[in-house]
Amino acid sequence: MVNWIWLFFIVAGFVVAAINGRIDAVTEAAFEGAKTGVTVCFGLISVLVFWLGLMRIAEDAGLLKKMSKLLSPFVRFLFPSVPRDHPALGYILSNMSANILGLGNAATPAGIKAMQELQKLNPDKESASAAMSTLLAINTASITLIPTTMIAIKMNFGSKTPTDIVGPTLAATAIALAAAIVLDKWYQRRTPAAPPQPSPPPSPPPPSGDT
Amino acid sequence: MSSVITAVSAWAIPVMVVLIPLYAAYRKVPVYESFTEGAKEGFDTAIRIIPHLVGMMAAISIFRASGAMDMLVGAVAPLFARLGVPADVLPLALLRPITGAGSLAYTTDLMKTFGPDSFVAQIAATVQGSTDTTLYVLTVYFGAVGIRKAGYALKVGLVSDLIGFFAAVAVCYLVFA
Repeated sequence: MVNWIWLFFIVAGFVVAAINGRIDAVTEAAFEGAKTGVTVCFGLISVLVFWLGLMRIAEDAGLLKKMSKLLSPFVRFLFPSVPRDHPALGYILSNMSANILGLGNAATPAGIKAMQELQKLNPDKESASAAMSTLLAINTASITLIPTTMIAIKMNFGSKTPTDIVGPTLAATAIALAAAIVLDKWYQRRTPAAPPQPSPPPSPPPPSGDT
Repeated sequence: MSSVITAVSAWAIPVMVVLIPLYAAYRKVPVYESFTEGAKEGFDTAIRIIPHLVGMMAAISIFRASGAMDMLVGAVAPLFARLGVPADVLPLALLRPITGAGSLAYTTDLMKTFGPDSFVAQIAATVQGSTDTTLYVLTVYFGAVGIRKAGYALKVGLVSDLIGFFAAVAVCYLVFA
């Protein structure tokens, strides 16, 4: 899909430029854009290096584990179908903690490991189980404590207040996360009711992963 | 409410910069060595995104310089003006779930065009920070274990991205407008 979007930008740009008689602007714009891309990346180096350094200190100090402990009641609420001592829970916790701390490169491996463990619990290996969908929802809406990259780019362009987006980002991401959880729970309750049984399910919950 | 958010913005980073090394030192972590060890990864990350950002920035730059962006924005502006969303951030709502580098490039483009502290740039930066590349995460995570049928996971991801987008716009109105 990215391929098509990229192609669309270039082809549509070319066609409109030709119609508008601005074809000379295309060359200039292409190289100007490429130049900005490099400039931005080099500006990112200082902030990313500093932040990942700080985050490594946090990890070495055991803050990742502390965070996991803090999140564990929350995770048990989100993943009721995963048995208490299952290794999947550990990976889910470190995935979430790493996401919160902005350790993108630690979050992805933990997330994939969590998926592999959840796949072992999944009765239908081709379809996503409820727990897998929950993990995905949590990941796509996960809380951002410090939007490092955005701060760096603002600094690049000479912002007077580069960190003023921290609070708004935190607030917006919390709303997105709440929405993701509500939606996920709602779909989860709706999905097992798919067979022709309109009556509300009795108190014992239906078997998990029954999507 | 908006003063709380402003205070969080001002204090969050300084507090973390002081507390994390302090706590680590208390836990007997060699803080400076830890720092430099982790910092090495930052360089790699920045270098790794250069090809993505160069490719996307060039394409978006052509799209904008040709006048095609103005046409797109003009076409959807009336609809979004009713919701209070500046039309210039709209393409971001479409790009964000699909391509991380693309939406980063688009946000960068907005900062360059309107200034890093403009209202449009603030919204874009907040959207960028509070949503994720849902399709990419789905592909990577489900692909890694061989899931073919994503079920409702995609819908949940995309709808919460959309909610994140409107939440970002709303919070920015509260704080910056």
